[in-house]
Amino acid sequence: MELIVLLIIFFIVAIFVVSIYNSLVRLRNQVKNAWSQIDVQLKRRHDLIPNLMETVKGYMKHERETLENITSARSRAMGAETVGDKAKAEGELNGAMSKFFLVVENYPDLKANQNFLSLQEELTSTENKISYSRQAYNDQVLFFNNKIEVFPSNIIAGMFNFKQSEFFEISDPGERDVPKVDFS
Amino acid sequence: MWELIRQNRRKSFILFIMMGICLLLLGYLLGMAFWGEGGGPAGLALAFIIWAVLSLVSYFSGDSIMLRMAGAKLVTPDVHPQLFNVVEEMKIAASLPVMPKVYIIDTPAPNAFATGRNPEKSAIAVTAGLLTRLNRDELQGVVAHEMSHILNRDILFMTFAGIMLGSILLLSRMFLYSGGGRGSRRIESKKSSGGGGVPIVAIIAIIFAILAPILAHFLYMAISRQREYLADASAVRLTRYPEGLASALEKISRSDKEIPNVNKVTAPMYIANPLRAKGKKAANLGSTHPPIKERIRILRTMSHGADFAQYQEAYQSVTGKDENLIPSSGLKDAAAIPIRGRETAGVEPPDPNSKTGTRQLNDLMRAVNEYLFVACVCGLRFKLPPDFKKKEFSCPRCQRNIVVPTAELAAAAVVLDQLEAKDKITADAKQTSIDKTYHRTGTGWETLSCPSCGHKLQLSPDFEGDSIKCGKCGTEIKIEK
Repeated sequence: MELIVLLIIFFIVAIFVVSIYNSLVRLRNQVKNAWSQIDVQLKRRHDLIPNLMETVKGYMKHERETLENITSARSRAMGAETVGDKAKAEGELNGAMSKFFLVVENYPDLKANQNFLSLQEELTSTENKISYSRQAYNDQVLFFNNKIEVFPSNIIAGMFNFKQSEFFEISDPGERDVPKVDFS
Repeated sequence: MWELIRQNRRKSFILFIMMGICLLLLGYLLGMAFWGEGGGPAGLALAFIIWAVLSLVSYFSGDSIMLRMAGAKLVTPDVHPQLFNVVEEMKIAASLPVMPKVYIIDTPAPNAFATGRNPEKSAIAVTAGLLTRLNRDELQGVVAHEMSHILNRDILFMTFAGIMLGSILLLSRMFLYSGGGRGSRRIESKKSSGGGGVPIVAIIAIIFAILAPILAHFLYMAISRQREYLADASAVRLTRYPEGLASALEKISRSDKEIPNVNKVTAPMYIANPLRAKGKKAANLGSTHPPIKERIRILRTMSHGADFAQYQEAYQSVTGKDENLIPSSGLKDAAAIPIRGRETAGVEPPDPNSKTGTRQLNDLMRAVNEYLFVACVCGLRFKLPPDFKKKEFSCPRCQRNIVVPTAELAAAAVVLDQLEAKDKITADAKQTSIDKTYHRTGTGWETLSCPSCGHKLQLSPDFEGDSIKCGKCGTEIKIEK
């Protein structure tokens, strides 16, 4: 009799542990997936930048420094490995891009260029996609980290060595904003 | 966010069950009135069958019925690149697994709706009038609102609730118009044989048959209105920019154009009540949408943050109601979310009543309908309908001869077919043998055919990339000026 009761209790506990473990794994995968979404968009921006440089270089001969800043920030961002490094490098790229878009204001010819206008829509959209995927990623991370911290899932998380994920925050407050692309 | 969706579903489920009970009770009573005391279960079964059949039909083909009724057309990204970008942005923000299909409705009335029984099979349809009126931020607000309907699983639920309403209406009409008379005859005959229970049942049935549709209607509208507020709140949470949606709603409310083929059941799917132009006051209880002015005011009151708690606060202060729009578990999900700044790229669209506005709208509507855009060297532009049969025509201004590109392409396709039949070249070999470059003839709308599969592609005046991907076979086509 006692054996049966013990078995039942053991069984219930086992189901409980398994379900929490599974939900933790699912959440961790969602975090990974959200991260890969950001990656896709960041890559897209990296791909767009050479196009942009090609389009504007004829117009902006006197802005070598601004353009070089973007190119070097881009190559640094492409080389970054960890979440923290990446956030920092992308922050720098953001800063360089917003400076560039400020400078563009002085070039009415460029602003009238059809090619530039469609690139501008693509860049705006990519910037938005980056910030929205970051938003989605951070939401997932918050949810996952909460789950790891609260009882009873913290016990299972500790047992199976689930680690908290890093938020993707742009470190420098001045560079937090996505460059404002406004040519009106 | 997920907590909220779950809560939202539970709340709607209760309302849904109430409507179900309403339907079954109606069926039962009508059965009793029709076939005597033993007829209750039969009536119940009848009501259930009607409901089940309609639900099955709407589950499996509700989205295509809805899209066809509205006259929505599936479009490729080149018809309106910005719309596709915005939809993809919102897809990312909502972390939906797949990109919803994008449709454009060729009507000048500004409106939009979402459909599809689950996020994997969802579609977003916007009208051409909406696209030419809104700037980027506003379009984003509208798409976010529709995306929220998909994310909150509103569509399937509203479809089922709509079907329920439809079946109740159908049953009560059937009874009142045809059955009611026969029922009363039966009552008389029963009366003569001394049965006293049935007349009372019949009277109750008649009263219920009159009341049930009204009751169901109010329930339906209540659910629908709540969904709209919730979708607004979620849209703000996705975009972090309440002003975008607010000014979009303002622009929509300023138009008095009407969407064709809208009825009471499909109306709640739209972002703004499409029936409102019929001289009815939108603020009454029977409206499927909350008054648009109130929605705008709520959005504009949100100045501190873009989270649900802020929306709720704004809602309470604007409507003066104490009611909790968003369940408390949905409010605790995150700290205050800041509102982002305005980041519209490009310019404000032209006034829809101006010449440029009208021209833009018409061009977009023609592009949706697969019109061909041909430019003459003298600068005159021609818009050829898809059923234009002539291979060439002369320009009325300069008398030059203009060859219709499709005729050329069709001829090329025939040659290609013959080649293919002759030596059965593989798809890869075929792709390398065709010239995959298209030379632009002007700067306006242009149509080209994919060199490998013949699929028609539209080039917008804004398109300036150096290649375009065929929406059907995925071939990269180079674009040269």
